[in-house]
Amino acid sequence: MTPADRRPLSPHLSIYRWPVTMTLSILHRVSGVALSSGLVALAWWLAAASGDAAGYRAVVAFFGSMPGQLLLFGWSAAFFFHLANGVRHLVWDLGYGFEIRQANASAWFVIALTVLLTVGYWVLA
Amino acid sequence: MSLRSPLGRVLGTGSARAGTGHFWQQRLSAAALVVLGLWFALALPAVVAAGQGALRAWLAAPVNSTLLILLVAALAWHSSLGVQVVIEDYVHGPLAKLVSLVANRFAHVGAAAAAAFAILRIAFGAMA
Repeated sequence: MTPADRRPLSPHLSIYRWPVTMTLSILHRVSGVALSSGLVALAWWLAAASGDAAGYRAVVAFFGSMPGQLLLFGWSAAFFFHLANGVRHLVWDLGYGFEIRQANASAWFVIALTVLLTVGYWVLA
Repeated sequence: MSLRSPLGRVLGTGSARAGTGHFWQQRLSAAALVVLGLWFALALPAVVAAGQGALRAWLAAPVNSTLLILLVAALAWHSSLGVQVVIEDYVHGPLAKLVSLVANRFAHVGAAAAAAFAILRIAFGAMA
């Protein structure tokens, strides 16, 4: 064993009472990966738009179907969450909002904003 | 003169001197995507509702094709950096990690190239 292996470890995740900030942390990663798959859908849609009418109709039909609509709803929710929480991260990068009370407040603000923007987007769009 | 301890020098671990590059590219692409993503989300419903012909006309407008190519590029780069970190965190076998990282980069470049080509094809008016 090298000395590095015998260093004390900080308490791991299971030690802590689960706070809302941890939910947002993992959701940021989950929504990011979900949006990565959205890039494939975006490329597919654009490729179809550049092709013939039948091919484009097939893509539109898929996204109009139940699974397609669910995917679009999921990507829109992931987008608004990742956007809002991403700005929260950028504010942290500037050095603000690290107090526990501030981090909890910004977490709930991000959740509320995500629900508001996602629902608003589907109602208005 | 080196300030590293003899043990540190023997173990050979330490900064790869590339960490801040990843950090900055992630943040800059994020800042770009705040603007480009909101622009696209706001434009999308009307553009989809108008049908393929109107979508092409919208895409062919220089400002829209330019912004959409920038969106695809920033999105692919940001997504590639993000998925890279997820792979580095969860895939532990040396070979599996290497293959996953290469596949991640290839997939993102491929998707971005396909999307950019489709945009340019429409913008330059090729008939299907």
